[in-house]
Amino acid sequence: MPELKYVGTSTTRIDGAEKVTGATRYVDDLDFGPDLLHAVVVESPYAHARITAIDKSAAEAVPGVVKVITGQDFPYRFGLYMKDRYVLALDRVRFVGEQVAAVIARDPKIAQRAAKLVEVTYEELPPILDQAASVCDGADLVHPGLYDYERVPWFFPKKDTNIAHWRKTRKGDVEKGFEEADVVLEDTYTVPRYAHCAIEPHVAVGLFDQSGRLTLWTASQSPHTQRNVFAETLAPLGLSHKDIRVISPLIGGGFGGKAGVTMEVLAAVFAIAVKGHPVKLRWTREQEFGNTYQRQGLHAELKMGATSDGTITAIEYTMHWDAGAYVEYGANVVNAVGLSATGPYRIPNVKIDSLCLYTNLPPGGPYRGFGYSEFHFGLESHINRLAAKLGIDPVEFRRKNAIVEGDTLAYGASMNPSGLIEAIDKAAEAVEWGKAHEPSGPGKVVGKGFSLMWKAPAMPPNAGSAAFLKFSEDGSINISVSGMEMGQGYLTAIAQIAAEVLSIPPEKIRVETPDTDRNAYEWQTVGSHVTWGCGNAVRDAAIEARDRMFDTVHRALGYEVDDLYLEDEKVKCRTAPEFELPLPGFVIYGIQMEDGTFRGGPVMGSGAFMPEFSSALSDPETSQGGHPNVHYTVGAAGTILEIDKQTGKMEILKTALAVDVGQAINPDLVKGQIVGGLLQGFATVLYEDMRFDEHGRLLNPNFTDYKIPTALDAPREVVPIIVETAQPDGPFGARGVGEHTMIPAAPMIANAVADALGVRLKSMPITAEKVALAVEAEKE
Amino acid sequence: MRRTITLNVNGESRSVDVEPNDTLLEVIREKLGIKSPKIGCERGDCGSCTVLLDGRTVRSCLILAVEAEGHEVVTVEGLSSDGPTELQQSFIDHNSFQCGFCAPGIVLSATELLERNPNPDEGDVREAIAGNLCRCTGYEPIVKAVMDVVERKAGK
Repeated sequence: MPELKYVGTSTTRIDGAEKVTGATRYVDDLDFGPDLLHAVVVESPYAHARITAIDKSAAEAVPGVVKVITGQDFPYRFGLYMKDRYVLALDRVRFVGEQVAAVIARDPKIAQRAAKLVEVTYEELPPILDQAASVCDGADLVHPGLYDYERVPWFFPKKDTNIAHWRKTRKGDVEKGFEEADVVLEDTYTVPRYAHCAIEPHVAVGLFDQSGRLTLWTASQSPHTQRNVFAETLAPLGLSHKDIRVISPLIGGGFGGKAGVTMEVLAAVFAIAVKGHPVKLRWTREQEFGNTYQRQGLHAELKMGATSDGTITAIEYTMHWDAGAYVEYGANVVNAVGLSATGPYRIPNVKIDSLCLYTNLPPGGPYRGFGYSEFHFGLESHINRLAAKLGIDPVEFRRKNAIVEGDTLAYGASMNPSGLIEAIDKAAEAVEWGKAHEPSGPGKVVGKGFSLMWKAPAMPPNAGSAAFLKFSEDGSINISVSGMEMGQGYLTAIAQIAAEVLSIPPEKIRVETPDTDRNAYEWQTVGSHVTWGCGNAVRDAAIEARDRMFDTVHRALGYEVDDLYLEDEKVKCRTAPEFELPLPGFVIYGIQMEDGTFRGGPVMGSGAFMPEFSSALSDPETSQGGHPNVHYTVGAAGTILEIDKQTGKMEILKTALAVDVGQAINPDLVKGQIVGGLLQGFATVLYEDMRFDEHGRLLNPNFTDYKIPTALDAPREVVPIIVETAQPDGPFGARGVGEHTMIPAAPMIANAVADALGVRLKSMPITAEKVALAVEAEKE
Repeated sequence: MRRTITLNVNGESRSVDVEPNDTLLEVIREKLGIKSPKIGCERGDCGSCTVLLDGRTVRSCLILAVEAEGHEVVTVEGLSSDGPTELQQSFIDHNSFQCGFCAPGIVLSATELLERNPNPDEGDVREAIAGNLCRCTGYEPIVKAVMDVVERKAGK
């Protein structure tokens, strides 16, 4: 490969200055003028109830109220992978906080006051609040109509149950595998629900103009997918894709919470209800916790066996997911885990059951890691415990069983190139694995923890990316794509990829935020796939633009296309070293000929990418036969943890994560993902969890009671390590990294606690309180 | 009981009609059209609405606009009239922010710190921005950028 000039350099973010100066306009900062209306929703106080009557007359009588809407006004079902939701609850509510009605008013305070006057009469039903209640004999059905819901072909709901999807993966013979094992370990691990906590709440503004055009401004990871869902949902009103436009400026954090469609569909129907007026819906922080997606809870039973030489022979992993009241997106989290819950290990005999269960808690859905953090907690805890039973060092045990290129995955496809062994060695070295660490004082102990991780993008096999690219007179470029910059550095990475092909410095490249009318298509910015997928499309577009330039030079000046190349913003020729054609000017005006005519014209390019090798078709009983995942990104992490035995207070002295990104497009931004993702992961194990009462009400829907880390809670030292084993079908060899960095955090802490105290905690989070109580229990 | 108040915003005297229950944040965003202070939690937890009131950081969601009458308010737009400050440039150079939603608040908190204490240590920096929640970065590149300015000024 020729030497890279822009790819692989830590250029500063192209969106850095606008963010630091306050220039960035997020959706809530856009100005819609004095005609802007404001909507507030009326929420269900019950986790499960029938709606028997709604009286909106008192709310309608409030001066300043423009319209009061109920589910009957828009009785349409929607959903990404399974249409199981109504826009507003129709006859039944299924979680506390579900939208039942809405008030649209001239002023947000009027809307809030009037919303309290909407009288809804309910008939309470017994709520299902956990997995056991969901699958027990005679359980009430959260969705009696489940089996008839429209859904993707890779979901397998069970009729007349609360099982919305059951992913089964079978390889080899697990019974035989356990018989061959010298050590078998079986245990249960639980993971609660978590909130994304992007600092920007969800906000959407809709305008259905007098001509019948619907425009939505949304804080979204998925503008094109939103347009598609809106078009499907609003088809009964005669709307189609051409009638709908979704514009998404930069978003203030996503983490999966702004993927798909949640509250945005409300803004769409509200706009239709008040034709001609823009209407804004902004979630409060409480709604942000309670009525977007939540990370799903997991109850996992894990059994693994290994021979005395440290070879894993079998895994049986049964996972019951608390997926909440609607699973239109969350069922695919369950699906993804069902295919990949072996983790990055070579295991010949596999039995995985991943069950998506309806409950009367808020809808589960995508959250950075897409289920992988949850199953890794049990898996990586178990690996340590198996190693201990075998008397083998846990890092050595991982190294011995680590998956390598060409190994057969649980569903039968082949593992992609992987630098996992290198990652293991580098992470172990960074935390001085095997070397004892002195505690800083009496009453304190130090433990070390280790964990591997892997993750594949979870996406339909035909999830596509596209790109448009055009030059300006000065040789600068505008790239129109529809991936979302949510902090990860996508705009900068895309600019660097185009820069590399076209020899233009990234600071001369603008990358536009999505507008479905104008920008090229992107399925969604999820699954850590846009650097890979959209990056390929941009590379394709840049190559097309380059080839156009070469063609013009050939036609105008006669140089052979194969001899031409780009360097330092000039077209050059290998056979004519004196020839140099600067791109400024030429890229718009072309080349003047002796007779005064011109050749060429404005240079532009378009590109597209779809993983044509991917397929979700497989045997529903075994998952064999398809190629559902495009590739896995792998990594290894280690940590040094100090614990105060009296208080249980933990401090991360040092942590290292080595991740194989194929090719770092921008190493500094990759490091940003490592440092930031690790802290988000540590937060799930050390501080956070969502607490519900016996009525299904969320008890901690704010940052006072749901504590996310501050600058004082970060690890003392983080060592980011980049491993680069090229992904053959990635742009310059790159693969994704956004989600992966939080995955190893939780099991690594559990393993460090066990190392320090000899206590195994199998339920997340592992708070100081739990650790202190465990120490007390040990004493007794 | 609408009334007109006058306050100094980013160096300019502005008069605005406010309701008694309007927060300073609402007035800055909706009536003065300055959008860098963000709405993140509306209860003083997240710090994304931070502004400087007479040189001290406050949560503008917890202050009534009438309380700011006659006082001096500075948002990140008012820090400099000619390009980024040295601190802002350091944040740019360190790729300190990701989504950027917390950036205006953190820029102001760090600016206030350096005004009061030109020679803080890393712990002081972390303490100073502990009231500003960031979900993306792990805080490290933010702290580094501030310390870089401190060290440069001290000639280290």
